Amino acid sequence: MLKIFTSFGEYLLLMKGIFAKPEKGRMYWLETMRQCAQIGVGSLPIIAIISLFIGAVTAVQFSYQLRSISLVPMWWMGSIVRKSMILELAPTLTALLIAGKVGSNIASELGTMRISEQIDAYEIMGVNTKSYLIGPKIFASMVMIPMLVVLSVFLGILGGWLAGLLGGFYSSSEYARGVTDAFKGYDIFIMFVKAFLFAYIISSISCYKGYLVEGGAVEIGVASTEAVVMSSIVVIVVNFVVAFLLL
Amino acid sequence: MIEIVDIKKKFGEQLVLKGVSASFEAGKCNLIIGKSGSGKTVTLKCLVGLFTPDEGAILFDGRNFTAMDFLQKQVVRQEFGMLFQGTALFDSLTVEQNIKFPLDMFSNMTEPEKIERVNFCLQRVAMVNTNKKFPGELSGGMKKRVGIARAIVNNPKYLFCDEPNSGLDPKTSLVIDQLIKEITIEFQMTTVINTHDMNSVMGIGDKVLFLHEGRKYWEGTNAEIMQITEGELFDFIFASDFLKDLRRRAKY
Repeated sequence: MLKIFTSFGEYLLLMKGIFAKPEKGRMYWLETMRQCAQIGVGSLPIIAIISLFIGAVTAVQFSYQLRSISLVPMWWMGSIVRKSMILELAPTLTALLIAGKVGSNIASELGTMRISEQIDAYEIMGVNTKSYLIGPKIFASMVMIPMLVVLSVFLGILGGWLAGLLGGFYSSSEYARGVTDAFKGYDIFIMFVKAFLFAYIISSISCYKGYLVEGGAVEIGVASTEAVVMSSIVVIVVNFVVAFLLL
Repeated sequence: MIEIVDIKKKFGEQLVLKGVSASFEAGKCNLIIGKSGSGKTVTLKCLVGLFTPDEGAILFDGRNFTAMDFLQKQVVRQEFGMLFQGTALFDSLTVEQNIKFPLDMFSNMTEPEKIERVNFCLQRVAMVNTNKKFPGELSGGMKKRVGIARAIVNNPKYLFCDEPNSGLDPKTSLVIDQLIKEITIEFQMTTVINTHDMNSVMGIGDKVLFLHEGRKYWEGTNAEIMQITEGELFDFIFASDFLKDLRRRAKY
């Protein structure tokens, strides 16, 4: 129990350290852009493929179940896929994928820098390593992950449409009607709340795990695994809390 | 000039530095030597601010570094250059970007001025035309040279070297030692070197501080160290029976 409180205290102190005046704004900007490319652009292919198929499989599964209930019109499928993608599948699945891909990457990158004394080198030069190495990663995550979630929603809906056409479950016009029917802006608000929270959780936990590594190669591996596991757990718990409070 | 005044450092219950005092002069190579676990690295890390001493003070030209807050330390640190044991070059950056980094972060120089300064430093360490190489493409000795170039690019007042010869062959070690000596005199830096290489001690040790079990055991020059005939320092210098025998024969 004491270890949990100690770790949480360390985490809070690390986060506090990020908010410092940059030594040179241009260098921080360049680092943020580099992180945006790494986190956002680097994750694009995997998010695109998975979102397309998740949308498709959602459409197939629901169509299979709804066909047995003749009272439910098939044009509802568009609405079901849209709502599922916006409220749950896009933010949560994107977050879990990013936790696996980017979270482990951040933790191992910072861990290696710590072990090879690169972080010490920055500090001795007079660089505030907490704000220079961690700040841009968190900021870039909070910019790029919501964008990936939006992309995931569009591709998921596209996947649902393609699956329906291929399976002959509904026509394009039926699906389009469902997608646009009873659209609520509040759903988009919830999606963004989740996306921003998940982005912060994944990047900050991964930075915390990597930045404070002590030891060698084994410890970097452990930190990387812990970053993914802990981020994923916290994302799932926060997902429930947000849904419970806002829906 | 750097002065350390009665610094003590504890890790858990273990007192690693038990009150070390010394002064390091500008334009000289000041060497800290001692067996593994004697407190050399902890002393050096206290000097550069990676560790904070539990007691005592560290003064850089009269400025009390230990009493400063984070932002004040950041300003003083911009006068530091450091060569790490493992060089600590940034893997993802080229040689040029590594050396240019302190200038990018802290100077107001234009890009051509920065490149000119980088090329000057590379020339100074005999590493011309390596600008676009990555650290992974360099040998151990070349990495050390690039590390030195990065350490001096900002015209530091204080240069710290942690085991500069570790992992190098004897001939390359001498070249690196000579390079450190030359730039120390040329730029009138206060250089502090942490080593247990006796070739370095004899070659460039203007001042030598021998630490033993967390205390200052001996202080003197490289010429004086050869007069030692017994005790912990004698055992450290002439570690093998062969060297002890050689020393006795030389004496008589």
